[in-house]
Order: sequence, then C-alpha cells, then structure tokens
Amino acid sequence: MATTALPQARSYRRAAAYDWITTVDHKKIGIMYVISSFFFFLVGGVLALVIRTELAAPGLQFVSEQTYNSIFGLHAVNMIFLFVMPMLTGLGNYIVPLQVGAADMAFPRVNALSLWVFLAGGLLIESSFLFGGAPVGWTMYAPLSTHVPETGVNLLVLGLIMTGISSILGSINFLVTIFRLRAPGMSLLRMPMFCWTQLVTSVLLLFSIPVVTAGLIMIFIDRNYGGGFFEPALGGNPILWQHVFWFFGHPEVYILILPAFGIVSEIIPVFSRKPLFGYKAFVVATASIGALGFTVWAHHMFTTGAVYLPFFAFFTFLIAVPTGVKFFNWLATMWGGKLTFDTPMLYACGFIALFLIGGLDGAFLAVVPFDFMVQDTYWVVSHIHYVLVAGSVFAIMAALFYWFPKMTGRKLDERLGKVQFWVLFIGTNLAFFPQHLLGLDGMIRRIADYSANAGWSELNFLSSVGAFVIAFAILIFLWNVFSTLRSPANAPDDPWDANTLEWATTSPPPVYNFDHLPPIRSERPVFDLKHPGTGHAPAAASLAVTEGPVQ
Amino acid sequence: MTTPVDGITAGHGSETDSGHGAKGMDIALMGMLLFIASEIMFFAALFGVYFNVRSSAAVWPPEGTEFVSWQGSGLFGLGLSVLITIILVSSSFTMQWATDQIRKGNRTGMNRGLAVTLGLGILFLCLMMTEYYLYVTVDDFGVNSGVYGSLFYVMTGFHGAHVLGGIIGIAVVLARGMRGQFSSEHHVAVEAVHYYWHFVDVVWVFLFLTIYVLR
Repeated sequence: MATTALPQARSYRRAAAYDWITTVDHKKIGIMYVISSFFFFLVGGVLALVIRTELAAPGLQFVSEQTYNSIFGLHAVNMIFLFVMPMLTGLGNYIVPLQVGAADMAFPRVNALSLWVFLAGGLLIESSFLFGGAPVGWTMYAPLSTHVPETGVNLLVLGLIMTGISSILGSINFLVTIFRLRAPGMSLLRMPMFCWTQLVTSVLLLFSIPVVTAGLIMIFIDRNYGGGFFEPALGGNPILWQHVFWFFGHPEVYILILPAFGIVSEIIPVFSRKPLFGYKAFVVATASIGALGFTVWAHHMFTTGAVYLPFFAFFTFLIAVPTGVKFFNWLATMWGGKLTFDTPMLYACGFIALFLIGGLDGAFLAVVPFDFMVQDTYWVVSHIHYVLVAGSVFAIMAALFYWFPKMTGRKLDERLGKVQFWVLFIGTNLAFFPQHLLGLDGMIRRIADYSANAGWSELNFLSSVGAFVIAFAILIFLWNVFSTLRSPANAPDDPWDANTLEWATTSPPPVYNFDHLPPIRSERPVFDLKHPGTGHAPAAASLAVTEGPVQ
Repeated sequence: MTTPVDGITAGHGSETDSGHGAKGMDIALMGMLLFIASEIMFFAALFGVYFNVRSSAAVWPPEGTEFVSWQGSGLFGLGLSVLITIILVSSSFTMQWATDQIRKGNRTGMNRGLAVTLGLGILFLCLMMTEYYLYVTVDDFGVNSGVYGSLFYVMTGFHGAHVLGGIIGIAVVLARGMRGQFSSEHHVAVEAVHYYWHFVDVVWVFLFLTIYVLR
C-alpha cells in the first residue's frame, strides 16, 4: 500500500466536486435530492411567509394582487413538486437499496438522470418569477391557465413536465430495484414497510404522471400554438382539464403521504420495541389506498356538476377504511410497548395525532352537501395543510432525525430536536387550525385581501403568527444540522437499536453498502441478529456476526 | 474479518449482484416494460381526451375535415393512412423476425431484419410528414384548426415522436449488431427495443382505427 503513487493530492479537491456531479451512487444522489428539495422547501416557505404576512391584517400592505396570485400558486408548486415529492424520493433513494440489501439502485445512471432532470425542472419553475410569475395556482385550471399572458406560465408548465419525467424514471428505478435486487431471503412479505410504501407510490407515479404530462402538453399547445383542447370557442372543454389534472392530482396526494406512512411504520416499531402490528394488513391497506386512489379524482370536482356524485363520494369514504386500518396498526404497535420518546418517535406520534385531524377533514369533504358549502374555502386549505405539513412534513422530519446518523455518521442534537418538535407542533396547529373556522365562516382561498368587518381578522392574525412559529422551528432545525455537521462523527452503526438492514452496515455505509448481510428470516433481520433464539432468529444464526460489518 | 455462519457474502462487483442469479426477468427488460406501462397511460390520456371531446361535440368530425379518412384518391380509393398503416404493421413482423433470429443465434438474419425494420420505420415517418404537409398546404388544416386539428396533430404527432424514438433504438441495436455484440444468450437490448416497437405499432393501430376509420 505504501508504494501507491501519491502526488495526485493536488487535484483531489476538484475531484471531490466532480465526484458529486458525476456520481451514480444511490446514497450521494439521495443526499443531493434531500439537500436540493430542502432548498426548494425554504423558497416555498418564504413564499408562505409572504402570504401569511399579507393576510395577517385586512387591506393590501405588502404585495399587489397580481403578485399575490403568482405567490400562492408557486408556494404550492414548490412544496408539492419540488419539496415533498423529491424529498421522499431522496430518502427512498438512500434507504430503499439499503433496506432490501442491494448495492445500488437497478439503474444507477438513470437515477442520476432523474436527479438532474428534476433539478433543471425545478430551476425552470423558479425562473418563472423572472418572467411575470405564474398566476394560475398549482391546479392551473383552464381557461385561466390557457389565457393569462405571462411567460412564466410556460416555464411552469415545462418545468412540471420535466419534474414529471424525472418522477417516471425514478419510479421505474424503484420498482425494478424492489422487484429484482432484493437480497436472498427477503421475500416481498419480509420487506420493510418503507419499501412497500415506495413500491405502491412508484406504481401511482408510473400511472398518473403520464396523464398529467399529456394535459400539460395540451395547455402548452393551447397557450402557444392556438390549440383548442380547453377552449370552448374552438370545440374544447375547460372541465376536461380538471379531469386530466385530478386523475393525476388525487393519486398525487397518496404519492405525497404513502412514503410518510412508511417512515412512521419504520419508526414506531423501533421506539416501541415491538414488531409492527398486523404487517400483512398494513401491506393490503397500502395497496388498497393505491388502487382506490385512482377512483376518487372527481371528488375535487363535485361543484362542477359534471360528475356522478354518489360514485365518487362512496369511493372517497371507502379510502377511510384502509387508512383507519393503518391507524390501528400504529396504535396497536405502541400498545404495551416499551416506548421511548426520542425525536423521531415524537414526530411519529405528532404525525398520528395531527394527520388524524387532516384525514377527518377529508372525510368531511367527501360529504357532498358539506363539500358544496366549503368548496374553495379555507377549510380546504386547512385540510391540505393538516395532511401535508402535519402529515408529510412531520414524517419527513422524523425520517431526517432517524436516518441522519446513517447518512452522516452523526446524531442530530436530541435536545434541540425535542424543542424543535414542540415549536413545530404548536406552530402547525396555530397556523392551520384557525383556517378550519375561517373556512366555515366563508373565507375563500386565494384571496389577497378581506374586509375588516368580515370578522376574519383575529383568526387570520393567529394563523400568521403560527406561520412564523413554524419558520422558527425550521431555523432551529437548520442550526441543529449545521452544528451537528461541524461536530465529530459520534454515531454508532445502529444508534436506535433498530430492525432493518440499513443498520447492518456502517454509518455512513461504504460505496458498495454491505460486506455481508445477516440472514433474513423476517421483516426485522437486524433485530433477529441481535436477539438470537427469539422471534424468527435461530439461536445459531448470529454466532459470529454480532460484531457487525468489517471496517 | 469474521465470516457469518449463516450469512451471505454480499457482492461488490456490480449493481446487478442481487443474489437472484440468472433466474427471473432481466432487469433492463423489466425497466422497459414499466416504461411502456407509463407510455400506455400517456396515450390513454390522449385517447380519453379525444373521446371526451368527441362525445360532447354536436357534429363529429367537424365539417370540412372529410380528408382525414382511410378513404382517399390513391390506389383502390384508399388514403395514404392505409399505406402507412400497412408499412408500420409489416415492420412489426420484420422486427419480430429479427428478434427470433438472434434468439436462434443468427446474427446476420437479425441484422437484415433490423435493417428492413429501420427502413420501414423511416418510410412511415416520411409518409406521415408528407401527409402533414398535404393537410397543412392543400387543406389548410393545422394544430390551430379547432379542437379537431389539435387532437389530430397531438395524437399522431406524439405517436410519430415515439416512432422516431423507436427508430433511434433500432439504429443503436443495428449498429451494435453489426459489430457482433449480440448472441442467442445476450441480446437484452434487442428484446427491449422489440417490445417498444410492438408497443408503438399497437398504438398506431388504435390511432388509425380511431382517427381514420371510426372518425
């Protein structure tokens, strides 16, 4: 070894950056997904603060109505397409190959392509700010989206098509990885729940994104080449866009939440010291949510009068069943467990408590007469934020605290983490609970201003305070990450005493992930390894492996 | 290094080391099939939009678009669309033949089959462009000629783009085939492209029936 030529040291620094740009390693790509989506999260967060500042009091104080129209739409686009989706993809990228015991994703180069296409699409979407904004909302309803003159709308449409292509490539990659690269012994029913949710999510992406891509292309053609798809004067139909959009848009909300379910299902068993209650029921529930997700799109269109209400209302109610199954799975897992409340567990519990509120809001919206009353009010805004902030964001926070030691070899500060949890928990409820009441009071979404005598001022002010509390929680998190990364690597390979294969290798794992794998006899191979003679582990199986992977 | 008693030594050689061995579907082939699944949804959306617009239109197809038909002034009163349909369907057979040849280990046969398929594909695209040219110049029928024009050009145009993608794929496997890179055991790329080409062909059959025959 000592004879290896060393004078290449000077070019090494450049090589490190080059290495990140050209890498096909699923772990580096995953980390780049996480970092870039967090950047877009901050952009979307600043937009949210602008919205809440403007709405804190009646009157137009800070932005014009035209600017406001761009801001709320791009806030949603940032949060949905450029933060939650790629963040969950990034976590999946890092974790899924490790959890199934593979050395990388099935198509590493396609994986890198997905990342860079996503980034290019994301920057294209952000660039719409420079070209007049995109005052069309995230739903881009025709004929508004086909008629507003801003160039920014074209950029938004093109950027969304690109992020869609990235998602399709990514989902193919996940599916093939899960179907073909699982380690010996890991049957589909021994797969960690996070992998199951990524599998179902990938199927949803694969079947829904092409549909909205077709629709976006039609909008682009209507806007730029005189197309008539959504133009009544030319024989087209604006409601048709809503069908195309929501055929994607409803599976999309499960795309945003199913991996979050998976994360919570990974964390709760670990911090309850019990296996996940009803593993198979959970798998069936996940698959059912995925399948039912394609039957309910028109519940976003009840008030158009163009859809058959009983059908879509029935299937919307039906989705509450598998979701309820999951809640009972989580609660039964915790029941009688030896609970410890580290930060990931706190976030998982917060998720259960608050997502329930968001889910019940959704069940209310399935009631047709109620939906007619609160259509396009702040009730809907409150619902979406309870499922996406209190749901997806809480789960993402749980995941970042849970897997940070695996990714960096460092544990985030627990004390700061717990403070951050409570600040975020209070901020979320403060920001979004008053919006229920505003919705019932008739406050319409997407308005930049409201009358001082409408009686909405106090609740709006509370909601705005909540938004800044959330922002403070995110600052605590950023400080936590920053200070942890500056401290020495202190995390052991398995800091949480966890169950799944990613904890059977070093923190962070080597490029090739595993020197050797423990025998896989259940969905908890690492638990079996640490506790010979119990559960699924034969007593002899772990004779020599206890010391873990070498180097 | 301690060797696990019942553990498995993980391979570091390549990302395809899965412990599955040679059994089961090839990774790249599965990727192609999933990609085709997403493409099916893309065209399903186009067809869905087509039939939605068609079902709510008072008159369909709109008056003055009689030229979009399988009938025409050509041989036996058939239109250009029939000819290009025959060309594309035949190319599916030659593609299948080429794939069968390499499965038997006949490299020359595969190359010939691929070359013929490539030629038919290019011919299809050229004739399609001719049809577009005639529609635009003679009949003044463009993508902005109402929703019917938009649907016609977007549906056939995206299919044409997929044919172009298939042509590029065939060109790549043909170039590799001429260098002797395939054998009866190793020809995943040929299999993948042949799946894709059949998909493109089937989509055209539905497009032809929908746009030119059913109208």
